[in-house]
Amino acid sequence: MSYAQKFNPSDAILEHIADAHEFHFLTFHKKVVSIPLPVILYSKDNGWSIFMSSRFGHGETTYDGYRLLEGSYVAENKLDPNVFKTGKIYAVDAEGKPQSYANVRVYDLSLGRNAVQVLISVLILIWIMGGVAGKYKTGQGIKSAPTGMQNAVEPVITFIRDDVGKPNLGDRYERFMPLLLSIFFFILINSLLSLIPGTANVAGNIAFTAMLGIVAFFAIMFNTNKHYWLHIIWPPVPHGVKPIMWPVELLGIFTKPFALIIRLFANMISGHVIILSFIILIFIFGAMNTALGWGTSPFFIALAVFIYLIEILVAFIQAYIFAALTAVFIGMASEGGHGDHGGEHEDAVMV
Amino acid sequence: MTLMTTLLDALQPGYGAIGAGLAAVGAGIGIGQIGKGAVEAIARQPEASNDIRANMILTAALVEGVALLAAVAGLLAVFAKAA
Repeated sequence: MSYAQKFNPSDAILEHIADAHEFHFLTFHKKVVSIPLPVILYSKDNGWSIFMSSRFGHGETTYDGYRLLEGSYVAENKLDPNVFKTGKIYAVDAEGKPQSYANVRVYDLSLGRNAVQVLISVLILIWIMGGVAGKYKTGQGIKSAPTGMQNAVEPVITFIRDDVGKPNLGDRYERFMPLLLSIFFFILINSLLSLIPGTANVAGNIAFTAMLGIVAFFAIMFNTNKHYWLHIIWPPVPHGVKPIMWPVELLGIFTKPFALIIRLFANMISGHVIILSFIILIFIFGAMNTALGWGTSPFFIALAVFIYLIEILVAFIQAYIFAALTAVFIGMASEGGHGDHGGEHEDAVMV
Repeated sequence: MTLMTTLLDALQPGYGAIGAGLAAVGAGIGIGQIGKGAVEAIARQPEASNDIRANMILTAALVEGVALLAAVAGLLAVFAKAA
């Protein structure tokens, strides 16, 4: 299998969906088109170092006692790939040999492309929502017809209020609308931004989705009431079943946000991996036989475009699902007792 | 004996792929049945199609979440260096 030694598909895929120190758009005949990002490092010996990642020259040069390891460097110098991981920054000693983290611990606090893209999407969100809110404050859209961005945003907000907030949360929906709207638009804008070629795969990063899941977990926990805990401790089931229900219910408190985390993470990362796999399949075929690579490329590119369109739909659906399930869990945690609903239904008159 | 050790040692990443494929089968069966029930319900009462569609998407996302849990486990098996 000689063709697979030089070009490792799984490494190429992982490199595209992992975090990096630059926005890498393309590499054309050894010229690299990329946007460097700030690198912020701390180690006991060198103290704080802040510089742009362009100083590293894409892994070619050592700067300020640090080196960014590329795959080719690790392979050429026969370094242990488990200790020296590609894409990470290591301190170098006087001869220029990288030091493992066991010898010199480097704390990498740099603004990678995931962090910068999250900040960009926050700015976009504030710009859109701030503009729309300002327009509503001056009466535009209330006393007269909505204009501009209001036309796009108002149906979405009404949809979240009427189909996500009111059915699940009843009369209390207004308190939770900021949370649900923030979750929906934040996930949506981040997922749509990460579909642009060259940007980072933010929602496919477990730290990003875990943060959203923890926010949802605290939102659920801060809105529980007595009936919720009563049902967990003393569920209305036969006595023999109660000991089985206790661990199930206690675990259920944590598995519900955990499923939210994993669902968003796996959907986003699998979408990107599928698109990348189709493109890389062209290169795998091309390494075997150049004509085969050129010949199958229109087919795979068409498939990749088709999956791209599905990914746009998945971005909307996953944002909606996260917000809707958070609303469902908050509603379940704070619903009233079942005795209240007993007297509502009039019995049908039997003639 | 040697066949068993070969199967167990040499094909570690393959088992992750088989697991992920089984997860896809599970997701396909589950979401297919959700779609079947939703389409039949819309055929019986076309006026309720908006409510039915919303519930269908919600339930499909729940089922897909479980299947993707298995797919993530398969992904971890593929990318973990053989222990």
